[in-house]
Amino acid sequence: MSEGKIRVLIAKPGLDGHDRGAKVVARALRDAGMEVIYTGLRQTPEMIAQAALQEDVDVVGLSILSGAHMALAPRIMELLEANGQTDVQVFIGGIVPEEDIPRLKELGIRGVYGPGASTEEIIHDIRLAAERRKA
Amino acid sequence: MMLAASVLEGDRLALARLLTHVENNTGDGQTALRILFPRTGKAHLIGVTGAPGTGKSSLINRLAVHYRGKNKRVAIAAVDASSPFTGGAVLGDRVRMKDLSGDSSVFIRSMASRGALGGLARNTAGIVQVFDAAGYEIVLIETVGAGQGEVDIACLAHTTLVVEAPGLGDDIQAIKAGILEIADILVVNKADRPGVENTEKALRSVLELAHPTQRVVKHHWQALQAVLPAEAGTDGWSVPIQRTVSTNGHGIPELAEQIENHLEYLRASGHWLRREEARLASEVDAILQQTLMLQFHAALPEERYNEVMRQVFEKKLSPGEAASNLVEDAWHTEHREEQRAK
Repeated sequence: MSEGKIRVLIAKPGLDGHDRGAKVVARALRDAGMEVIYTGLRQTPEMIAQAALQEDVDVVGLSILSGAHMALAPRIMELLEANGQTDVQVFIGGIVPEEDIPRLKELGIRGVYGPGASTEEIIHDIRLAAERRKA
Repeated sequence: MMLAASVLEGDRLALARLLTHVENNTGDGQTALRILFPRTGKAHLIGVTGAPGTGKSSLINRLAVHYRGKNKRVAIAAVDASSPFTGGAVLGDRVRMKDLSGDSSVFIRSMASRGALGGLARNTAGIVQVFDAAGYEIVLIETVGAGQGEVDIACLAHTTLVVEAPGLGDDIQAIKAGILEIADILVVNKADRPGVENTEKALRSVLELAHPTQRVVKHHWQALQAVLPAEAGTDGWSVPIQRTVSTNGHGIPELAEQIENHLEYLRASGHWLRREEARLASEVDAILQQTLMLQFHAALPEERYNEVMRQVFEKKLSPGEAASNLVEDAWHTEHREEQRAK
């Protein structure tokens, strides 16, 4: 009898201290029946990759409002790959200029959500991504 | 089996994946547990329970740092409550354990209770076994921490810490003995707060009431063995109260010493073995219950089950009668099938 749930890591990399968005998303995902591991603030890419590994998550959600996404995202993707977690789906929420999105997608980021993105959209995309991983 | 072998070789990704299998009770998980079980029994299992806000996670963080200083490998299983309505959960215990990140001899795993009552998730025992077999000498288990009914940890851990903090309720709260009865060590955390002396006093007086002179090892709410602590020449274990301040580490080395004392007491008194046995018996029983329910539902057609239920709703059958009838029906259905197969 298999009783799996979708496990999502919500992490705040870097020095960005604005966590309201991350908490809103965490609660929305919980209300959608998912298990959310919330890391708290000031996570290094290494800490995030370690948490993703230990918790064997399906999805990693990075909350970045500091503009440092082009420095942080590649590093995190690199570490996930080095740890053998190439099947984990990574999303970014926060403040990301349009022109950076193609480059992020190239790195393997599944989706980017700016302010105004609906939690329904996020939940839907995460469900899809998690199913893709389990397949 | 690949996963179990990789875990024994120290592969952390394999360990994480196996934990997921065990948590989800998959066939692969059960197979791996079968392989790993003979290698369990070396770890010291330390349970940490107490009401929310007492600082369990920070305390565990400090204890783990202390054990790392003694070069012990540390695993942490942190259980948080699932929403009874949505089935989801926010698992936030890791937030307090930042000091441990980057240390490859530490493994932290968050688990949701998934509807289990009693403070632990249904498969926490399996998770702990995997950590044990994988070579983690200290396994810290943090319970959900909602309050009085969370006593399952006492069956799982060798040493149970119950954490209190000053100012979280008046002395009457402390007098509700339930959870205090399972404490091997009482920790008064946030001991830098006002009121700590009163908290300690209240706890001391409750200890005298809550711990009868006979310490009974329970199995399924029935006394398995009664243990008399005050026999001539033998010492019982008197529950110490340890003050700590997890934000700055005060009291942590002393707490670790008390934990070590408890371990020695368990070994010297033979309780280690008795608790192991009670623990394993509890676990077998829990799995047995699950398995029997599944077999029962497989043996009995759903319509028959629903029919009997309807009779209960219409007050034509009492719940007791209904259960007897259902068991008999399931037994007869199976018996009939066996006859047919002959």
